[in-house]
Amino acid sequence: MIAEWGLAALWLAAACAALQLWAGGAAVSGRNALMSALVRPMAVVQGVLALVAFAVLIWLFVQTDLSVKLVAENSHVAKPLIYKIAGTWGNHEGSMLLWVTVMGLAGGFVALVERRLPEPTMMATLAGQAFVSLGFYAFLLLASNPFARLNPAPLVGQGLNPLLQDPGLAFHPPTLYLGYVGLSVAFSFAIGALITREVGPVFARAMRIWVLGAWIFLTLGITAGSYWAYYVLGWGGWWFWDPVENASLMPWLAATALLHSCGVLAARNALRVWTVMLGVVGFSMSMLGTFLVRSGILTSVHAFAVDPKRGTFILVLLGIYIGGALLLFAMRASSISEGERFSLTSRETALVINNVLLTSILGIVLMGTLYPLVTEAFGERVSVGPPYFNPISALFAVPMVLVLMVGPGLRWRQDNLARLRMQMVIPLVVIVGAVVILAIMTSGIAPLPMIGLVLAPALAVASIMPLRGRNLRRTPLAVWGMVTAHLGIAVALFGMASDSAFTRERLIAARIGEVTEVGPWRVKLAGVMPVAGPNWTALQAKLLVSYRDGAEITLHPQSRTFWTPVQTTAVSALKTRWNGQLYTVLGEEAEGGRWQLRLWWKPFVPLIWLGGIMVAFGGFLALLGRIAADLRRIIAKQKIAYRRMRQGR
Amino acid sequence: MNIAVKAKHQRLVLVVIALSALIAAGLLAAWALRNQASYFYVPSDLVAHPPVQGRSVRLGGMVERGSIKSEANGVTIHFSVGDGKVRVPVRFSGIRPALFVEGSGVVADGRMVGGVFQADNLLAKHDEKYVPREMKDMTASEARRMVAETK
Repeated sequence: MIAEWGLAALWLAAACAALQLWAGGAAVSGRNALMSALVRPMAVVQGVLALVAFAVLIWLFVQTDLSVKLVAENSHVAKPLIYKIAGTWGNHEGSMLLWVTVMGLAGGFVALVERRLPEPTMMATLAGQAFVSLGFYAFLLLASNPFARLNPAPLVGQGLNPLLQDPGLAFHPPTLYLGYVGLSVAFSFAIGALITREVGPVFARAMRIWVLGAWIFLTLGITAGSYWAYYVLGWGGWWFWDPVENASLMPWLAATALLHSCGVLAARNALRVWTVMLGVVGFSMSMLGTFLVRSGILTSVHAFAVDPKRGTFILVLLGIYIGGALLLFAMRASSISEGERFSLTSRETALVINNVLLTSILGIVLMGTLYPLVTEAFGERVSVGPPYFNPISALFAVPMVLVLMVGPGLRWRQDNLARLRMQMVIPLVVIVGAVVILAIMTSGIAPLPMIGLVLAPALAVASIMPLRGRNLRRTPLAVWGMVTAHLGIAVALFGMASDSAFTRERLIAARIGEVTEVGPWRVKLAGVMPVAGPNWTALQAKLLVSYRDGAEITLHPQSRTFWTPVQTTAVSALKTRWNGQLYTVLGEEAEGGRWQLRLWWKPFVPLIWLGGIMVAFGGFLALLGRIAADLRRIIAKQKIAYRRMRQGR
Repeated sequence: MNIAVKAKHQRLVLVVIALSALIAAGLLAAWALRNQASYFYVPSDLVAHPPVQGRSVRLGGMVERGSIKSEANGVTIHFSVGDGKVRVPVRFSGIRPALFVEGSGVVADGRMVGGVFQADNLLAKHDEKYVPREMKDMTASEARRMVAETK
């Protein structure tokens, strides 16, 4: 019965969304108080019902109710609890249910707390949110019902793809989805603002908080996904320009641009049309990503759907929402009046450059991702990989980093560069210093990593400089957030460049007792023995490793074989030091009792993910600062209202 | 100059710069995609139209039965990838993916060095949930063979 309760909750949630759309639409056009009163509660109830449906599905997975088709196909009785729970979203239907749940909750949350915008805009926004949700409810209920039953029920279940049986899976998809789908709020705000033509600083301030929230989760999700790929795939790489990765990078690029243009709109009432456009583009990229990833058009560990009907369904939704939003934009853009003007040397200009370059990179990634699909339609099979993405996106990323060194120091509206002499000279000195040091100490580094190694320290110094001359205690949290996030970019950039420039690799077939070296590490293969886990068996190597003849540490890389489905994966073992990471992988047995070992010494590589976390943390600080400021404003307003009320008496 | 006119003029400059940057990005991407995309080959293509030596390409096909040979160093293997018509010799140093076996499908990242395809990375058919995209629609006969042999 429980599965049927879940399905009922889902249908009810869809009905709420329909009602929310209808009431919202009526409340925008006419002054219908009843309808207007209905919209916010409907949004909240819809979110709660979606959450109930999702909770039911988790419960079914925890119980391993094999009479439910989805559970039978993706779970197994002998699976650790955390993977039973995580298995809920480790499949097509469950992940789409997570998608609508996040979307419903985001809409409900907006309805509950957002009170700054004019009521008609808010009604249009919530109607927009309901309109998008409705499509995805239809997709779930008509084409991928997660609660479908199976008769007769099997006894054990087919199990979960072993690549997905990893702690990373428990957190990566929900985090990414909060960001991905959280952008739907920005999309709905943009739609609402276009319908009522209310684009201005108030709109930007309201939208910025939601964009910031989504962007934090998106950043964390991408960082976690990158680390997951790094240690689960056993290839030692952290970014493969896989279409699935691009599908998460594209919304991030759009959201990053949107975040900065929101800042301009909120502070200076400029970039009005552009900000609305980015609001539409951000979530469109999320939907495009979902289509690419979930339709089965790309095949990867993320592509669960093989049913072409589903691909078509998502494509139609995509066409309706993106096409509709762009049409609305085209109709209304000319009626949005021109924003405030600014001089060419101003912070606005720096942020415009940031936006243009981010959008250019977005375009480059988008074209590289879609190109193979287009050529395939004409019968030519093409792979697009790092030889395309790295240099072409670097062409735009390098100027962006350069502008980032100066931009935060510029004043709004009008500034002169002479005032910023120090802001430009100091990073320049660091750049020259880095070039000299690298030229003396190293040789044979490829151009791109070299540029990264030179720019990263300069950016690190430059990103702290906005704090210069400020009273640190009274510096607003938003400024701290900006500084932390920009510093995080520098830290991540240094990690990326260092990985390409300094990684040492060793591939050998070692006898038991044999000692080998990789970079400053000495690695001894002490033995290989079988071990068993709850649903796998493995061959486990015992490696004694020491850094520059220091104390020996034991590492246990495994070659792990899962039972259901039968599949072998390499489980790497890592040793992290402050200055890098030793990465070890056990291969198979070679002739003569030898074992294949693949070892990497990756100096400073953990900085990539540390940087990602810093960027997200910077966003978090800014979010706290903004929310606190909004609360202060609300409290002050109410105090004034209260005083007026008393005086009036 | 009148300040309003100057501001308008500067705004125009900014819009023009922004548009040209975006268009430049698009054109650059299009040019690079035509020139730098690493193309996907099946063995027949590779033999009929060999790629420039040393250029990164992908090769996809079936690992010929009985073709896997190990070098004495224990980490380098030689095998041939075929598509039923021709076969290409491949050399690979590294840890093979678990489902890399004779008679199953494979996609190799690498380049031609002399007459041998030097592979940097092998993507094997993991299960029906993880197939390299290019392998998914090899010609119908290849696909049928692959499905028959890997199930």
